[in-house]
Amino acid sequence: MDGAPSRRKQARLVRRLTRVLLGAVLALAVVLLGLSPATAQDAEQSAESVRGVLRFEGEPVAGVTITVQTPDGEEVGSAESDAEGTWLVPVPAAGTYVVVLDPDTLPDDVPGVAAEEITTEVGNTQSKSVLFRLGEEGGGGGAGGGGSGGSTGAGGITFDRVAQLTVEGLRFGIVLALAALGLSMIFGTTGLTNFAHGELITFGAIAAYVITGAGLPFLLAAVLAVVASGAFGWAQDTALWRPLRRRRTGLIAMMIVSIGLAIFLRYFFLYLFGGERRPYQEFAVQAGIELGPVTLAARDIWSMGIAVLVLAGTVLALSRTRLGKATRAVSDNPALASATGIDVDKVIRVVWIGGAALAGLSGILIALSQQVDFQIGFRSLLLVFAAVVLGGLGTIAGSIVGAVLVGLFLQLSTLVIPIELQNAGVLALLIVVLLIRPQGILGRRERVG
Amino acid sequence: MDWGLVFSNALEAAIGADMVIYCLAAIGLNVHFGYAGLLNFGQAAFVAVAAYGLATMVATFGAPFWVGISVGLVAVVVLALLLGIPTLRLRADYLAIVTLAAAEIVRLTFRSVTLRDTFGGSDGLQDFASSFYSINPFSSDLLLGPISFSERQAWAILIGWVLIVLASVLVWLLMRSPWGRVLKGIREDEDAVRSLGKNVYSYKLQALLVGGLIGALAGYMYALSQAAVQPDYTSPDFTFFAYTILILGGAARVFGPILGAAIFWGLLSLSDGVLRALEGDLPTWLLGPTDAGAIRFMVVGLALMLLMIFRPQGILGDRKEIALDAR
Repeated sequence: MDGAPSRRKQARLVRRLTRVLLGAVLALAVVLLGLSPATAQDAEQSAESVRGVLRFEGEPVAGVTITVQTPDGEEVGSAESDAEGTWLVPVPAAGTYVVVLDPDTLPDDVPGVAAEEITTEVGNTQSKSVLFRLGEEGGGGGAGGGGSGGSTGAGGITFDRVAQLTVEGLRFGIVLALAALGLSMIFGTTGLTNFAHGELITFGAIAAYVITGAGLPFLLAAVLAVVASGAFGWAQDTALWRPLRRRRTGLIAMMIVSIGLAIFLRYFFLYLFGGERRPYQEFAVQAGIELGPVTLAARDIWSMGIAVLVLAGTVLALSRTRLGKATRAVSDNPALASATGIDVDKVIRVVWIGGAALAGLSGILIALSQQVDFQIGFRSLLLVFAAVVLGGLGTIAGSIVGAVLVGLFLQLSTLVIPIELQNAGVLALLIVVLLIRPQGILGRRERVG
Repeated sequence: MDWGLVFSNALEAAIGADMVIYCLAAIGLNVHFGYAGLLNFGQAAFVAVAAYGLATMVATFGAPFWVGISVGLVAVVVLALLLGIPTLRLRADYLAIVTLAAAEIVRLTFRSVTLRDTFGGSDGLQDFASSFYSINPFSSDLLLGPISFSERQAWAILIGWVLIVLASVLVWLLMRSPWGRVLKGIREDEDAVRSLGKNVYSYKLQALLVGGLIGALAGYMYALSQAAVQPDYTSPDFTFFAYTILILGGAARVFGPILGAAIFWGLLSLSDGVLRALEGDLPTWLLGPTDAGAIRFMVVGLALMLLMIFRPQGILGDRKEIALDAR
């Protein structure tokens, strides 16, 4: 390329980039203006907490003192439930805690509580929800459906505990698979290792939160948020990645660009959303449903069902439809696919829309149990990478299998290692698998070294 | 609003403790990424291991200062071997993911409640820097024109700059030696170097070790300048910002990390001062009391993207010398 045309091209690219970026930022700002301004919160505060909602016969119970202690009886903090019955006690780090409700502070019309003390395990950066059953003296109390580390009670290896952890691992794995599939498809068709994939997850979670805040029912909001995520993916591809592909930017350069984009978007979400965690109001705390040895919140069962349906639909579409076949052809060999008349650009555009929509959906489902905050995707990013690399980068079945394995390993490993090290365990597994089988479990043998 | 103060704060930040820490980390990354073409995203792990090696030995086990420093160095060598032996055969994108994962394992381990008695959990460790400050030659505040440092800051920054100069001279000497030329050859074309009979894998491991040891200096400066260590200081963002500094200044240039770190921290402080000055004047929905921090880092992300797209060689670099083609 000689100087003048390339410079002209560059100028055109700059203009285009700035225009589309500005447009995207403005559109986002308009969508997210429904949010109250970010309130005083330190982004780097310790993220772990224990929380819950106190209700008696459907009515919130205010003014009840809840104290959190370490297993040795050392007090960590306490809180009083507010007018909505919600309470939250930050804890210094992941680990096991004893949550104590002071029955003397209960209002007179509430006869008592099932269990005054509940022992619970808080995972890394988890906001663990704990359910006190008011008005049921004696009998069983327990931790409500928690997030990715929601086992009830520490202790030995029992059949019930293994069953519970297996189901929770499956649930998280299937939800993670949605994001992993998107990442893997984008890698397969464009070769981009997208470090900004976590921010697609956050986008979905925050968009759903904002839309429910506008008063729409959660299910409708979730659908709209998935659509918005798809649009966000399209905008990213059009504004950034396609122009870069046109310039023949190297894959490593694009990877570093994606890191820059991830930092930009993460702090943009912090700017708009603030540093605190917020639950989807309709699903803040749900009582567990007992299914044999396993206790799950209703929202967990729903999110598993939805994720399985969407995954099955996506895999069917990829294997049966013309566009799906074209996608796999581009994954396999873009030049050959282009030569057979496949519109490679169009396929990549569809993959970006689909991949972003899937990531957005997984963000909503993750936020159902972990609450919404601006780092929800960043925290999941390495787990998604682990899933994709474990299963085989760029393969469809591999990313799903990898994600389920990551979910199961994440939960079952807590039987033998401390819960706050569960993520470290998965990442160690990733490194070990790469040593033995660098192409991943279902990947094709190719040179990765 | 005192604009003079905003500027003198920016000047202080451009040569201050944060700049020194990130500069040393970026000099180490320069050996990895700039000269050897290794996409190491685990530099934060080297920094953390050195800082915790020192802090743990002194604060938890009551060992003398120099024992702490030595244990930190040994730990960094062990980490470089553990990290390098399995991963250096991997393709660039895999290497990036695996090194990032390794750095997170290190951070989560230091943060763990189970090991709290040793590493202090998420609060980290204090009370290990007294022997460093007991030999402080400064007895009063250091004034340099418009900027000033307390005597403790001045001592830490002085040592930090000595280390920066030493590390830069080391890198300069290494890279004009035959060893450095082989390293650059590996960056340009691994197979060509292999065909000349060089053991590419061993050279990469040595590069990882040298860069990691320079990263260890950053770890010591972090621990000593703050007189405390916390696990979350070395989050993935630490490495990402070090990359931004390296690419801003110019990779594969001896002065790149120094220039990059000075500009990065100077501008970060300047933008902070300007945003805080505007806080009263702009409506709070646009700029709330805690938004300045978020906006500054949005700018960092944007700068990394734009640099990589339009000027990957940064300020000092040569475009032909940047290892950016996927292998």
